[in-house]
Amino acid sequence: MNLDDVLYNSHSCWMDPSGPDSDVVLSARVRLARNLEDVPFPSRMGEEGAQRVLRMVERAVEDLDRDPQLGPVGMFRLDDLGALDRQVLVEKHLISPNHAQQPRGRAIILRQDESLCIMVNEEDHLRIQSLAPGMQLDEAWRMAQAADDVLEGRLNYAFCQRRGYLTTCPTNVGTGMRGSVMMHLPGLAMVGQARQVFSALGKLGLAVRGLYGEGSEAHGNIFQISNQTSLGPSEEEILRNLKAVSAQVIAHERNARRALLSQTRIQLEDRVWRAYGLLLHARVISSEEAIRLWSDVRLGVDLGIISEGISTETLNELLVATRPGFIQKVVGRELEPSQRDAERAALIRHRLRR
Amino acid sequence: MRPVLCQECGKRPATVHLTQIINGQKRELHLCEQCARARGELGIMGEPFTIPTLLSSIITDGGHTFPGAGQAAGLRCDRCGLTYAEFARTGMLGCRHCYQAFENQLESVLRRLHGTTVHGGKVPSRTGEEARLKREISRLQEELAQVVIREEYEKAAQIRDRIRELEKKLR
Repeated sequence: MNLDDVLYNSHSCWMDPSGPDSDVVLSARVRLARNLEDVPFPSRMGEEGAQRVLRMVERAVEDLDRDPQLGPVGMFRLDDLGALDRQVLVEKHLISPNHAQQPRGRAIILRQDESLCIMVNEEDHLRIQSLAPGMQLDEAWRMAQAADDVLEGRLNYAFCQRRGYLTTCPTNVGTGMRGSVMMHLPGLAMVGQARQVFSALGKLGLAVRGLYGEGSEAHGNIFQISNQTSLGPSEEEILRNLKAVSAQVIAHERNARRALLSQTRIQLEDRVWRAYGLLLHARVISSEEAIRLWSDVRLGVDLGIISEGISTETLNELLVATRPGFIQKVVGRELEPSQRDAERAALIRHRLRR
Repeated sequence: MRPVLCQECGKRPATVHLTQIINGQKRELHLCEQCARARGELGIMGEPFTIPTLLSSIITDGGHTFPGAGQAAGLRCDRCGLTYAEFARTGMLGCRHCYQAFENQLESVLRRLHGTTVHGGKVPSRTGEEARLKREISRLQEELAQVVIREEYEKAAQIRDRIRELEKKLR
């Protein structure tokens, strides 16, 4: 597998607009945290431990690579990649910022379509992640579980009957699983109900955060909802709970959109078309402004206000294509922020007119 | 060319340049990374979520009422050398043996984090063979208790035999 094919391509498998509930749900993700029995966890394994893990995982990955359902995959050591390449991987939500910032002794295992990505030696020895378009948590779980089974055939996991999969941080112990659903919720934000819905989710053991980094404010009304606890219930129970609650949030969002359409149609149309106009004609645009306008245009497309000339897939791609690292990768050199803003505007005009 | 200085602290060179448009008003911001982080302007690459700090307060119970906190702080995992005090500070365990070394303390930490302390999910097929057998036995024991209450003795005998069979495999 050629990593450049991923790095230069703003398209990822999750951008497929045919996923269920894709008017609200961008993607579903399942992550499994796993550690090897014989090596201290990454926080204490040292350089030698890291290299041992890499060697053991490398052998296990051969089985993944040969598996007709999962392979082919490639394994790449992060210190072989430049800082910009690593940043693009972060922008594509394939690796964490932490993984990119400390590349030594770390690696990723990646499937070409990005539906499977495994971080090696991040907080845990293995972070198996699977990503699917729309509300397909079960799909994501199936793939993560299949990869887990294959790797487990070669590697001895740190596991104990009482505590389950043993993880570096006790917040992940047990199933080691985090399921999450990435949602676009402009309706709830506009009718001022987002905060209310999120605080209710917190009471149900679910966490909500903005798309761009944990703890940060949400840009573009994109939120990620995920389970907070991992110990006790089975994986299926955790996902069932997450799906049930997500269905409620989706219904709320659709209600809010309908209310906005019926009560403030002309204002909504104005907002959508203005945003589209700005994206189509701006010469300089920051990533923050781009994603704010993106949200309005995406809402317009989902509500049929904009019905021609722009596809959901193109909009999904822009989420990656407008990130600073990706722009510099495409241009082929490092850019000052002001240069990036100009390149970003050009790229958006080009993509929307295509 | 002189570097632009951070608008916030006025000392360090500005490396974060932001253009904000709020209600049609454009605002340019030039900040150093430190001040930008402090203001929360670096949302994109993201300040890592401060799980250690949050977790630390759960582990140490805010540093106040945790029973036996003094003794626990001196505990050490004999395999990786991590002390409980370090774990309480970082929220990170060092190896799988830490789970045994700090077992008593973790019991209450896990209860607070997850509301429960015992795993009920997937078991790895190779390394988890024993765990799976034990879980199946305990499930059958519960079932046995139920059928005895219902006085279904024939079924109870079958379940009992099955339990014995599995227990043999465990030895």
